[in-house]
Amino acid sequence: MALTPHRRFNAVTLVALAAGVLVCLPIATIVTLGLVGQSDVWGHLVDTLLAQYLMNSLGLVIGVAAGVLLLGVPSAALVSLTDFPGRRALSLALLLPLAFPAYILAYTYTGLLDAAGPVARWVDPRTLDSIRSLPGAALMLSLVLYPYVYLLARASFLSRSASTLEVGRTLGLTPLQATIKLALPMARPAIVAGLTLALMETLADYGTVAFFGVPTFTTGIMRAYYGLGDAVAAAQLALTLLAFVALLVLLEKYSRRKLRYFSGASRRSHSRVRLHGWRAGLAMSVCALPPLLGFAVPGCALLWWGMVDARDQWWDLGPMAASSFGLASMAALLLVMSALALGYAERTAPSRLTRGLTQIAGLGYALPGTIIAVGVLIPLAKADQWLFVMFRDYVGVNVGLLFTGSVAAVLVAYGARFTAVSLGAITSGLGRIKPSLDEAAMLLGHRPLQIVRRVHVPLMRGAVLTSALVVFVDVLKELPATLILRPFDFNTLAVRAYELASDERLLDAAPASLMIVAVGLIPVIYLNRSVSEAKY
Amino acid sequence: MAGLQLKRLNLGYNGDVVVHQVDLTLGAGELGCLLGPSGCGKSTLLRSIAGFTQVLSGEIWLGDERIADASTSVPAQDRGVGLVFQDVALFPHLCVFDNIRFGIESWSRAEQRLRVDNLLALVGLSGLGARFPHELSGGQQQRVALARALAPRPRVLLLDEPFSGLDSELRARLANEVRGILKADGVTALMVTHDQKEAFDFADRVAVMRDGIIEQFDAAYRLYHEPRTEFVARFVGAGDVLPCTVVNTTQVDSPLGVLTSDQTLGYEPGQEMSLLFRPDDLIHDDDAEQHATLVSKQFRGSHFVYRVRFDNGVELGCLAPSHHDHELGADVGVRLEVEHLVLLPK
Repeated sequence: MALTPHRRFNAVTLVALAAGVLVCLPIATIVTLGLVGQSDVWGHLVDTLLAQYLMNSLGLVIGVAAGVLLLGVPSAALVSLTDFPGRRALSLALLLPLAFPAYILAYTYTGLLDAAGPVARWVDPRTLDSIRSLPGAALMLSLVLYPYVYLLARASFLSRSASTLEVGRTLGLTPLQATIKLALPMARPAIVAGLTLALMETLADYGTVAFFGVPTFTTGIMRAYYGLGDAVAAAQLALTLLAFVALLVLLEKYSRRKLRYFSGASRRSHSRVRLHGWRAGLAMSVCALPPLLGFAVPGCALLWWGMVDARDQWWDLGPMAASSFGLASMAALLLVMSALALGYAERTAPSRLTRGLTQIAGLGYALPGTIIAVGVLIPLAKADQWLFVMFRDYVGVNVGLLFTGSVAAVLVAYGARFTAVSLGAITSGLGRIKPSLDEAAMLLGHRPLQIVRRVHVPLMRGAVLTSALVVFVDVLKELPATLILRPFDFNTLAVRAYELASDERLLDAAPASLMIVAVGLIPVIYLNRSVSEAKY
Repeated sequence: MAGLQLKRLNLGYNGDVVVHQVDLTLGAGELGCLLGPSGCGKSTLLRSIAGFTQVLSGEIWLGDERIADASTSVPAQDRGVGLVFQDVALFPHLCVFDNIRFGIESWSRAEQRLRVDNLLALVGLSGLGARFPHELSGGQQQRVALARALAPRPRVLLLDEPFSGLDSELRARLANEVRGILKADGVTALMVTHDQKEAFDFADRVAVMRDGIIEQFDAAYRLYHEPRTEFVARFVGAGDVLPCTVVNTTQVDSPLGVLTSDQTLGYEPGQEMSLLFRPDDLIHDDDAEQHATLVSKQFRGSHFVYRVRFDNGVELGCLAPSHHDHELGADVGVRLEVEHLVLLPK
């Protein structure tokens, strides 16, 4: 094995190939079944529900797009281009809602606005109940997803705008004019990229819309599969949703193409516009409102319920926390290894095959968990049947359901969905090890494995850790795929919170939710540090 | 014995031949340079010596060992070749001392320590062994990279545009310093650059490359004064080319009249050739008989470089003493000081 491109194929490529096939499995299933399968229900769906799914999903996308832009862009511009009291603290606080899964936010607000809740004392409960609607769902999703837009827009404002804005000022623009005419257009590709991420998550969301009773594609897929027992109809719905997602991926690719030319970050700190008086107050409110609604208020509510109302629930959580953390650790380990295989395959034996694999693996994250779950369940159930019969007839052993009866199916689904996440951290880590470092080590007499040990291991430690951490947290928050694929009687924190909330035991769901949010905070803080270190 | 020898070397990727039939020999302890515009194949040539590019045909020899030909290739880590990279490529997680030590870890502790300390002294960085690469300036980093490459006593040292990331003043100083260090250690070295000044500061002999071919391999003086092709003439130093006709063994007829060379020209009478004029072939002199119009001028401190136009429309570069600051458009005296004529094939 050589570390610089020499060969077309090697051992790592094989592992990469396996990882790639795994990711393709659900997509292939959905596409084949959706195009070829015959369904009795599909015609009925088209006549009755499809239009509703379409309208609701579209409405949700439009609502969330407006919401995340409104919440994310002005705040990003203020914290990166101006200075006002509390700016530093707020620039971190604006990221915190990322720790909240949208469905947990939805339960929490429902509990807060409940007829028996604290707000109902002052406001008519009937208006409060309107949170359980399409606009309500859009609001919940916007409140947790705007940080994507904020984060990317902030990075763009910080890296590029400094000198350009100063040029604008010397050419006679006021700070505000310079921001609108120069900084915003320059940040547009970054904003679009953040928006795309937020919208992908919106289309993938199941927990929020299911809880609010807003029928969309994801709930439709679930209903077709479980309610109507029609896998083909579920696949056909999934395929329709896939078309939406593909559109978003294209949009993201298009904006990425432009992102290339704002990577040159200037280290120079630039002069910020100092805001005083009512302007500073306005800036503070604009930046404080999103984290207040998206983190502080629901966070405090959860904390209160968890400490006071649902104190006795903590004890029951033990086994679920154990299975959650165990599952997340296993997934993190597996995914980091497959990402390393993919990354090294691309580095050591680049070919059309490895590049294709990495790109397909990248698509996984865009796929909603419901699609992946259905796409994984159908072939694995078939495999289980076949294996069961095989072992019974030839070996005489009852092996049970090897995949769907164990966490294996869940892990396969996580592999398909989160490879992109782990791969991102690994490839950026590998990218920082310039090929010339490998060559230098080689010319100084070191063999490939020695180079890995002496040069790559110490330099990749951070990237591997990030990769594992991000997967760990994403798995912990994941709901729909876990819900569908988990073995009988296997509960995770997310599933537990969802079930309690579905039974309208909103306060009892608090301890599990708190745990998820607390763990979710770790990568958020980490993320902020890595962005800030380079740019402040 | 030759330190490095390339024999009829052809290199290329994916069916494209990038380097054609290159022959080049560096004596032991000689400092060579590959000079040429970007894309001329000089870096590919260097990487083939290091072992990162396969040889299509031809041979590479280090001393009396053949290290590569079309069928066999000694692996890069076994060649005993040092390389100083354009992007420095210091290991960011190791301190200066450990970076330099990286290639000699099989030596005894005491030997390692001695070698690293000597090298640090040689490159003028004594006492900085505990620093990390990011704590050093660009010039210091490049010197550490040099020390690291020299540590295992490579049979040949390769330098791939090692100074291109530095500012021009530091670049000239380092090129000279590195030359001194390598000469003191008796190292055979080959550098790649597109900067003519850097090449002249560094090398004993310079190979001018164009489109994968070495057009001329000579000492800097001869490249400047006796270029063999128009490309070499233009790439190395400023100059103008005028058409001329050979009259006899020492004279040519040019737009500036019949000129006489102090050497035999070796071309047939009546042959159409190009005649190279360097700015130092034409001197401004107020008392000269011949006159021309001053078109533009560049002040260089110690002298002026004028551009003058003769009555027949011919324009040439011309040197003028530092205090002769004539107005543009003025009629100035010029004197031809051509000793040997440089004729180039048309």
